Amino acid sequence: MHRFNKGVEGTQRKHTMPSAPSKLYADDVSLLVVTLDTNPFFWTTFPFPFAEFLSQVLAFLNSILLLGQLNQLIVIATGCNSCAYVYDSTSERNHGSTTGTMPALYSNLLHNLHEFLARDKQLEASHKPGTVPSSLLSGSLSMALCYIQRAFRSGPMPPQPRILCLQGTADGPEQYVAIMNAIFSAQRSTVPIDSCYIGSNNSAFLQQASYITGGIYYKPPQLDGLYQYLSTVFATDLHSRAFLRLPKSVGVDFRASCFCHKQTIDMGFVCSVCLSIFCEHHDKCSTCGSVFGQAQLDASEANRKRKA
Amino acid sequence: MSSGQVVKRVKYKATVKDPGTSGVLKLTQEKFVFKPNDPTSNNKLDVEFRFIKSHKHTKEGSGKPPWLNLTHAQGSYIFELESFADLHVCRELVGIALSKHVQVEATKVISEEQLSSAEMTLRIKLLQEDSKLQRLHKELVASGKLTESEFWATKKKLLDQDESRKLKQRIGFKNSLIFDTKPMSDGRINQVKFQLTPEIKYQIFTLKPAVHQAFLNFVPSKMNEVDFWNKYFKAEYLHSTKNAVAAAAEAAEDEDLAVFLKDDEILEIEARKKVRRVDPTLDMEADQGDDYTHLPDHGIFRDGSKEISEAQNSLYKRTLLQDLNRQGAVVLEGKTLDMEMENPRTVAEILARRKQESDEVLGDERQNRISKMTPIEDLQSQDDHRYAPLCIKDPRDYFDFQQANAVKTLDDSQPGMEQMICSLGSEEAYGSLRASISKIQATGLRDPLFSPEVALKVLHGLTKNISSSKYHLGKTSQESVLDILPNTTKEKLLDHWVCSQELLRHFWSSYPVTTQNLVNKTRRLKDSISQIYSKLEEIKVSAQSDLRHQVSLVVHPMQQALDAALLHYDADIRKRNARGSKSNGYV
Repeated sequence: MHRFNKGVEGTQRKHTMPSAPSKLYADDVSLLVVTLDTNPFFWTTFPFPFAEFLSQVLAFLNSILLLGQLNQLIVIATGCNSCAYVYDSTSERNHGSTTGTMPALYSNLLHNLHEFLARDKQLEASHKPGTVPSSLLSGSLSMALCYIQRAFRSGPMPPQPRILCLQGTADGPEQYVAIMNAIFSAQRSTVPIDSCYIGSNNSAFLQQASYITGGIYYKPPQLDGLYQYLSTVFATDLHSRAFLRLPKSVGVDFRASCFCHKQTIDMGFVCSVCLSIFCEHHDKCSTCGSVFGQAQLDASEANRKRKA
Repeated sequence: MSSGQVVKRVKYKATVKDPGTSGVLKLTQEKFVFKPNDPTSNNKLDVEFRFIKSHKHTKEGSGKPPWLNLTHAQGSYIFELESFADLHVCRELVGIALSKHVQVEATKVISEEQLSSAEMTLRIKLLQEDSKLQRLHKELVASGKLTESEFWATKKKLLDQDESRKLKQRIGFKNSLIFDTKPMSDGRINQVKFQLTPEIKYQIFTLKPAVHQAFLNFVPSKMNEVDFWNKYFKAEYLHSTKNAVAAAAEAAEDEDLAVFLKDDEILEIEARKKVRRVDPTLDMEADQGDDYTHLPDHGIFRDGSKEISEAQNSLYKRTLLQDLNRQGAVVLEGKTLDMEMENPRTVAEILARRKQESDEVLGDERQNRISKMTPIEDLQSQDDHRYAPLCIKDPRDYFDFQQANAVKTLDDSQPGMEQMICSLGSEEAYGSLRASISKIQATGLRDPLFSPEVALKVLHGLTKNISSSKYHLGKTSQESVLDILPNTTKEKLLDHWVCSQELLRHFWSSYPVTTQNLVNKTRRLKDSISQIYSKLEEIKVSAQSDLRHQVSLVVHPMQQALDAALLHYDADIRKRNARGSKSNGYV
């Protein structure tokens, strides 16, 4: 056990990324990629209104830009049928000053979000009535990582990237593999994933994401003060985290989803070749095609055949 | 002997260094009994021969006392006998007794590997270094739950690792100038003698590719080996006399000798090759010293001689600088052969082959280097963006994090998954979301965003959260249920956890059960698993009432895993019994 004296971030990051290549980042310039859960089915069932949530988040996004002139901000909407970039602070279009009543950031973002929802609705696939379909977290994580990879290649001193997931919808176990892949590639490129989960239970995906990448997982208990949580916990840049004591996760749900029925399982079968996870015994691995020995029956049958 | 019983006075030693306990050793064909002279001593032994794996003894005249060493699973019994005659008698009986049991043993353990002493010491070292491993070994092997070889079979990685750690250091060349193989002269006759060993020959071959080439060309077709070396040293001698004119004269007479006297063409080629290997961007002036194309009077002449001779003779001159460079290069390169260097002919041939191979490798290397040095920017992927290694954490880390979570969610006594009911259709859902967006667009953000009371509450909540985790958990970085438990329980739980993991690994890896050996192993493992199961149950029951809930939460997943193994075992047995009648005894 290592000593805990520098805040979760300090120790965990040291722990998780033992030999992370020292990248030359622009000094304390952050590139924050925010994924915004815009699952309409979730928000209509959730007691906290979306308008309230959005205005608190908008204020937070604005303060990120205010924290440093060079800070970059990307917002990705996580719908239940598609994902899209809805705001990019680096694009020229978003540099306009206040239009009418609100800053360009708000009006552009809201406008894009509006359009996104219209497009998302058109793509709609039918889901089981009465249930909340999951948001495409894997998609937005991948988009965030792609953007960050582009930023890495943008010049000699890219800003320090991090991802913040604002998620409310419960995990979609069918996205397990995709999300885990995104998490691991984030870890490989030393991009921490912070998660602010506002849903009623904890999100195992986001817990794992933050645990593996060395980000912060926090589930704010008081949603009407969301802005304050966001600004005190998630606004801190990576450098400052080494000196701050931030809330730390109190446990991670490491359960996996099976590849066959996409259910979260406690115990299951693991392919000895490719480590795919199944909830029941299969004769053949659906991922890598390995044929599993059918213990006794086949052995004795083979024996009998040989004998004959 | 005829009665099959031998009684001797011996000293029993638990270890080699043990001074020993004197007593009486009684050997029969079934077992041996040691009774110490001092009845209070607890070094009594009563061991059946079926537990003994092998026996060793010291040789007469080896300077060691007559020792009989009986090895068993966890060590050995050493008996020091009074004389070698006694030892022989005992040894004979032990041999008979053991051979009786070997057959029984053979059916029992099919592939009990024969261990070299090196392997044994390695294992012992590993155990000594890692107290956890040692505890596990004691728990599993000493109690007979696993055999020694089974235990180590899953730890192959550990063994290999250690193997690679003590990679043998390669022996290099001596860093003395072989060019200066000094002649020995007794001063009486007009004759000098050179010392020549296979090692020196080998070194000459690598140092002077021209000699190497000449050897391959001339020996044995043109001259025999002795003549070859005579010629070589004659040339060397001429060099050492610093008489370039004389050397030139000799070379004119004997064309074979000329080969040695001329500057190595091969060396020159090699130097060029080396030059090509240097970064294309490097200033080559610096490398001139290693190059044979430079002007003759740039180098320092051997032994500092400033004698200026005619240009045509400069062919036969070598500079000290060149010699030193060449020597340094060869020494740094090290020996490429690791073999007995008896026959110079084979050495020469192998060297030639080796060099060709390394030249090919160098060619590839050059290609790579060029492609690295001269990138076309658009086409190159960026090298500077490297990736962090995939992190796989300590299992204990995962355990802690997951346990804390299990307790937490259950303590909140939340219903597992609150399935939210969404009665709205997609039309309404999207509509309401769009309405909220329009609302913000129309009215802007609320001002103030939230009330001061809420802000205060949030601040208090966060502070409490952070400070409580600080005070409750102190220095440990993770909140772990284990830390709430008393130390003994915690230790016990962790031990059982490690133990059950090991057992389960063995258990599942022995399926499908194809041999009698595996049948026995699974039965053995099943018994141990059920033992651990009941031990866990005990811990659960014995825990203090306020902790019982936590303990059972920790124990639950472990028991679950064990349960699965037991269920599988029963199902498998049932399946095999059902088929057993049909399959003519095939297991």
